[in-house]
Amino acid sequence: MEIAIFWNRMRIPDNHHIYPVGDHALTVTFGNDMDPQLNQYVLALANELAKEPKWYLDVIPSYSTLSIVYDPVVIRKLKTTSAFEWVRAKVTETIKSSLIKLEVKSRTITIPVCYDPSVAPDIKRLAAEKKISVEKVIELHTRQTYCVYLLGFLPGFAYMGKVDDRIVMPRLDKPRARVPVGSVGIAGNQTGIYPLESPGGWNLIGKTPVKLFDASLPDPVFFRPGDKVKFKSISMEEFETFDQNTMQMVLS
Amino acid sequence: MIEVVRKGISDTIQDAGRFGYQHQGINPNGAMDLVAMRVANALVGNNLEEAVIELCHPASTFKFETASLIAISGADFSPRLNGKKISINQPVCIPVGSELKFSKPLWGTFAYLAIHKGFELNTWLGSKSTNVKAGVGGLDGRTLKKSDVLPLRFSMADAQEVTVFPWRANVSEFYPSLEYIRCIKGNEFDWMNRRSQIDFQKKSFTISPQSDRMGYRLHGPSMKRSHKEELLSTAVTFGTIQLLPNGELIVLMADHQTTGGYPRVAHVISDDRSRLVQHKPNDKINFKFISLAEAEELFCSQQQRIHQLASGCRHKLLEHFNMK
Repeated sequence: MEIAIFWNRMRIPDNHHIYPVGDHALTVTFGNDMDPQLNQYVLALANELAKEPKWYLDVIPSYSTLSIVYDPVVIRKLKTTSAFEWVRAKVTETIKSSLIKLEVKSRTITIPVCYDPSVAPDIKRLAAEKKISVEKVIELHTRQTYCVYLLGFLPGFAYMGKVDDRIVMPRLDKPRARVPVGSVGIAGNQTGIYPLESPGGWNLIGKTPVKLFDASLPDPVFFRPGDKVKFKSISMEEFETFDQNTMQMVLS
Repeated sequence: MIEVVRKGISDTIQDAGRFGYQHQGINPNGAMDLVAMRVANALVGNNLEEAVIELCHPASTFKFETASLIAISGADFSPRLNGKKISINQPVCIPVGSELKFSKPLWGTFAYLAIHKGFELNTWLGSKSTNVKAGVGGLDGRTLKKSDVLPLRFSMADAQEVTVFPWRANVSEFYPSLEYIRCIKGNEFDWMNRRSQIDFQKKSFTISPQSDRMGYRLHGPSMKRSHKEELLSTAVTFGTIQLLPNGELIVLMADHQTTGGYPRVAHVISDDRSRLVQHKPNDKINFKFISLAEAEELFCSQQQRIHQLASGCRHKLLEHFNMK
């Protein structure tokens, strides 16, 4: 794993839009696209807000939106008649006061994945539907470097994109009741890994031995938004003998 | 400590929720009926955010190995202490060896058992709320089962007999009998066609038996989309009403995911969450839009009333124990 830290000066564009998400959250949207540039604005704004004394409950980055969850009672104590208007003004001011000096801590992480059909129940079907070989699916999936746009759905579940057009595949019509932990899936042009056993509708094309969620760690979640991820094909034997500690060593 | 002598269907430890980690996909969890959780805590003189046991019908049976001051709020499952009926929303002092049992569900879906000073349990990321999916928080990250033992922080050393305190919290104002659940518009409300936009506000919806702590599914008129664009995953909250691909609606609840990609047609206002949560499968509900300003106002006033109730309770408890 390499960690490249670089500083990037960017101005968060003014053409954003802010709307309420109920009476205790709002969303700042920069568009409805899976675009690394828009995602950078989202992460930059999240970074900026994290520097201030915490007046919010949660800041949730997504592909091209940043959502802020707050307690209206707490905000209204700041001598304002509308919690929503106060938060909106605060966010607008933060965006305007950029040029933001944005710290992009971009880690490039290689994740070993076993693509053996015994742990990849959808890989043959995907290959058949796309009229390519299983080997080609593996090649296309491992060739790219993906961007972690956001974590959501499950603790530590990273939404990554975009996958090669030739292996884009819609979610299953009927989700599985039980997807094993570590399963690597494709949904549309996204790829992701189940950090926990869970019901799920992604097409399962592999499985990683890397533990992506560990409640006993102070930071229980492996990925962070902004991470760059590459997949490496490993054999069933390597999968079974994988030592979790080697991964932790590399990370620390 | 208290022991679970009979297992309930789905009882968990919950507090006000685990905030600050949603950017990692870790959802807040927490009590479904946050008002009832706070009222139960208020009645026993606790910090309002202290962890409590959330009970579903049929609920667990508990044996108290420690004399305790307890209160139950929210749903009424006809609690009985050593076979004798006790009221909810009233503090009760109980001696060692007492058995707390629930029988007939009279009202509501989620009841809350608070114990003076709370439980001696570890927190995970700042909260004791149970996250069953991740297997963390609460007691071993799961629902309570037979023979579980919950250590308590406090013992009412001199309690010899059951004492029902002569005051009670009037909670009716927190569950007003309105004919509708109040909402504010969701950002993708107009992704539905005109007909569905009207149906949402005019027709009734029935709560599906397939409802749980993650969400209440609704049966009703099939909602149709006019705008077919795919929504990229974005944040949702407790109370968000999503339109599912099959035309049904789901109201997201305490165990909701942090993000979702279904259109958010509306959001139940915070003041009405507890009232909605206490509905049962097959209950009918209607929706009505109000303004964001009104919603904020209602929630702030609700919280203020809870704090007033809490200070009233604290005063009563102090008075009671000084007199003794």
